Amino acid sequence: MPSKSYSGQRASWGLKLASVAALLFLHVPILIIFLYTLTPDEQTFTFPLPGITFKWFGVALQRPDLWRALTLSLQVAAVATLAALVLGTLAAAAVYRSNFFGREAISFLLVLPIALPGIVTGIALRTALGTYDISFSYWTIVIGHATFCVVVVYNNVLARFRRMQGSQIEASMDLGANSFQTFRYVVFPNIATALLAGGMLAFALSFDEVIVTTFTAGQQTTLPIWIFSQLSRPRDRPVTNVVAILVVLITFFPIFFAQRLSAQNSDIEGGSK
Amino acid sequence: MLIRVSTYLYQRPKLVLSLLLGPPLIYMVVVYLGSLFNLLVYSFYYLESFTGLIVREFTLSTYAQIFEPANRDIFIRTAGMAMAVTIADALIAFPLAYYIARFSSPRLKTWLIIAVTIPLWSSYLVRVYAWKLILAQEGILSWFIRLIRLDGVLEWLLSFESIGGSSLALSPIGMFIVFAYIWLPYMIIPIQTALERVPNSLLEASSDLGAKPLQTFRTVILPLSFPGVVAGSIFTFSLTLGDFIVPLALGNSKFFIGQAVYSYQGTAGNIPLAAAMTMGPVVIMIIYLLVARRLGAFDAL
Repeated sequence: MPSKSYSGQRASWGLKLASVAALLFLHVPILIIFLYTLTPDEQTFTFPLPGITFKWFGVALQRPDLWRALTLSLQVAAVATLAALVLGTLAAAAVYRSNFFGREAISFLLVLPIALPGIVTGIALRTALGTYDISFSYWTIVIGHATFCVVVVYNNVLARFRRMQGSQIEASMDLGANSFQTFRYVVFPNIATALLAGGMLAFALSFDEVIVTTFTAGQQTTLPIWIFSQLSRPRDRPVTNVVAILVVLITFFPIFFAQRLSAQNSDIEGGSK
Repeated sequence: MLIRVSTYLYQRPKLVLSLLLGPPLIYMVVVYLGSLFNLLVYSFYYLESFTGLIVREFTLSTYAQIFEPANRDIFIRTAGMAMAVTIADALIAFPLAYYIARFSSPRLKTWLIIAVTIPLWSSYLVRVYAWKLILAQEGILSWFIRLIRLDGVLEWLLSFESIGGSSLALSPIGMFIVFAYIWLPYMIIPIQTALERVPNSLLEASSDLGAKPLQTFRTVILPLSFPGVVAGSIFTFSLTLGDFIVPLALGNSKFFIGQAVYSYQGTAGNIPLAAAMTMGPVVIMIIYLLVARRLGAFDAL
């Protein structure tokens, strides 16, 4: 985004203060969890902490149920991301290269799963599974996640296509390259970082999704579902803190790098999730 | 071989288009729209209360149940919360969005935008969980409130039946704080985008014509950035309407729409009523989107 409105003037103290307060409000709560992973108190969330201990990291490592949940979440996120990469890129390519009837509707259709509340997608899929007697499995979770991951890849790739010079493709074809060569040597290098950014965002989105998952997982436990069960009936408070920061760390890095990649390409894509 | 395929495809752009569009379109239409349509159909069925089975006959009686006092209260309560959250978020978001758009250097701006978008993408559930720690009766916020000797005010607020509860962690006040926190980035980004589009020349013209900075803000900047506020409020409103995690984690026995839908389809097995109730938020969102489009909010999305 060109910073054409940057005025170079100084902001008033009130404005600065309100901005800093909003930023703190956005970020301090997560840091509180980091603090609480060190509490020796198993029963309550007493503050100030009654002491400091590092034993909960070790305890969490010993829990087989957590390992199973982590493995399931990673597998689901990986496959959902892969599906989103394929479907999102295909849709972006179609919308970019041709003008067809209903082109506007495609973007609308793809954005619907994240525009409507997650519970609508969740209960719709759950009811459909029930109607056609499809039993819950690993794949039902993946199918649910793919619906809202596609748009992330689509947005990123389409934005990149629109910035790409069409003349590059023409030049490639004029110089005798066939369609596959043109894709391999011209198109793909151009969209590679958009695929990476979109893929990482899709991965993060899937990895910590809980709303749709509660409806499509049946008895299976992903890591967010495990945390969710602790939210309403806390049994392992200190271990939950460790799991929570694990989720934060696993999703933070892909999102951070995806945002950096997009920022380097002079704008933030998919910012309005 | 490959060259022949390439030439064959090059001469048939329509075939290429259908090859490209086919897989994503089939997936989204069959799986997603198909499920949504199925849900709509179910909302016209009803649950036989004696047998507990779903009767697959067309009826509007399920929709009539929504207007029963208990369910109507749920709708009013949820819409009220969504509105309060939207207003609070607009007030918190505007100064930061304004600072990002008008006063930050390009370098700082990149970092601020990243700081705002990271919570947008990450760990929704963990961010709710964080507040479970903060709002707990023995937790950090109560400690801080005691420290600044405002615990009397807090107890007074919690004593109200409509917004209070046994502690912050189990009260509508707590839910309000958490909702405002969770959806805040969705408000900041559209406002910031809208503010970026206000051309400098307009502001210069305004001050050249003798307007004071505050006047310029009120008569030029605020109206031009309003579509951004509307765009942001689409998200905060819709997301609050449909959420069931926050009410389940922090609410009391007074249900919100998401919670009611969740329990109707789960333990009660009343899928038609759950379906009819989700149509509530869907319809509200469609109306909202139509109004927002007329206000030009879509340009700011």
